Amino acid sequence: MSAIRTLLLRDLAQFLPGARKGNTLLPLLFFLAVAMLYPFAVGPNPNLLVATGGGVIWVAALLAAILPLDRLLAPDLEAGFFDQWALRGVAEEMVVAVRLLAHWLSFGPFLMLAALPASALLGIDGATLRTVELGLLAGTPGLAAIGIIIAAVTVGLRSGGAALSGLLVIPLAVPLLIFGAGSLSTGGEGGIALTAAISLVLVAIAPFAGGAAIRAAREG
Amino acid sequence: MEAPRLAARDLACRRGERLLFRALSLNLDAGTACHVTGSNGTGKSSLIRIMAGLLRPYAGVVERAGSTALLDQSLALDEHLPLGRALAFWAGMDGAVSGDDLARLGLTDLLDVPVRYLSTGQRKRAALARMIGQDARIWLLDEPLNGLDQDAVGMVEQLVESHVAGGGIALVASHQPIGIPGMDVLHLPDYAPGIAA
Repeated sequence: MSAIRTLLLRDLAQFLPGARKGNTLLPLLFFLAVAMLYPFAVGPNPNLLVATGGGVIWVAALLAAILPLDRLLAPDLEAGFFDQWALRGVAEEMVVAVRLLAHWLSFGPFLMLAALPASALLGIDGATLRTVELGLLAGTPGLAAIGIIIAAVTVGLRSGGAALSGLLVIPLAVPLLIFGAGSLSTGGEGGIALTAAISLVLVAIAPFAGGAAIRAAREG
Repeated sequence: MEAPRLAARDLACRRGERLLFRALSLNLDAGTACHVTGSNGTGKSSLIRIMAGLLRPYAGVVERAGSTALLDQSLALDEHLPLGRALAFWAGMDGAVSGDDLARLGLTDLLDVPVRYLSTGQRKRAALARMIGQDARIWLLDEPLNGLDQDAVGMVEQLVESHVAGGGIALVASHQPIGIPGMDVLHLPDYAPGIAA
């Protein structure tokens, strides 16, 4: 138990917004910047903004979740942390599970907070905002899980890993986006429930997929 | 406590297309040390990683009983943190390094310095502190003397000697001579193209 706690504290100190000289704030600022730029790009027509705003928040959330991927696992593999954990019998699966939790905590809840000013910028009403927030709550764990799987798979790439991992996340995130953003047009609980179901499956497989990928990278 | 043991039978290691070594066997019981020598690229580091269980041998088996510590070129300390806090992370997993050991390694005055500002020799000492804190029975050391000054080399020799005298096992890969009495030597021959698989 103490190993899990030690790992989680280190991960949170690295990934929570404001840690490490504010680099970790960038995904949130990026998310707000997209929400701010969108009305400039499509024009100030309120009907258009209300109709598309929720979807824009979802796309912005997806892109913001991609930003920290190259720092998620690769630096620890390079610095020898995974070797040392393996020697102490700390399974890669456990490290990845703890990292997944820390990764989600460092962007999920903050993205939900940032969705409040974003929805004001896009002129979204209260009921839609509620659906967006619930959808983000259901969907961001899945985004975090996809992110950590991709970060583990690309962990051994010397260069170009960041751009490639971003590209790989997008097709895997399509189901989350369809049901999460789709719940806005149907106003429905059904879409949110499906989003949560996909998230749960992803969260369940992420530690095992990630652990196997890291072991494979070490052997190489 | 069960006596530690480190053994390998008929190991072969292949990196890419090259067979680095083959038919390599070694057997270390409690209280023994072995110095792996050989020129660059003969597979010293690969042997250490295979013995640590981090690299799969091309052929052969490794038997390892007892807690194992690894010291290699990667530091496994957070570069942006002061040394004291970076070591505190491993203390949380292993138990703390005693102040005496830190003083012996000459790190007491460096605890407030971020790891990325440490010199090569200081980084090696920091890695040694991390390894000592682990209190493992088997030490796998890959080039432990790189970048160390004369005094520090003597200090590492003493550390290994007392570790072995206390019933531990040490496998040291280094191209530099190491003065530890009673140490076996395992020489890895140069790569011979004729033996490639």
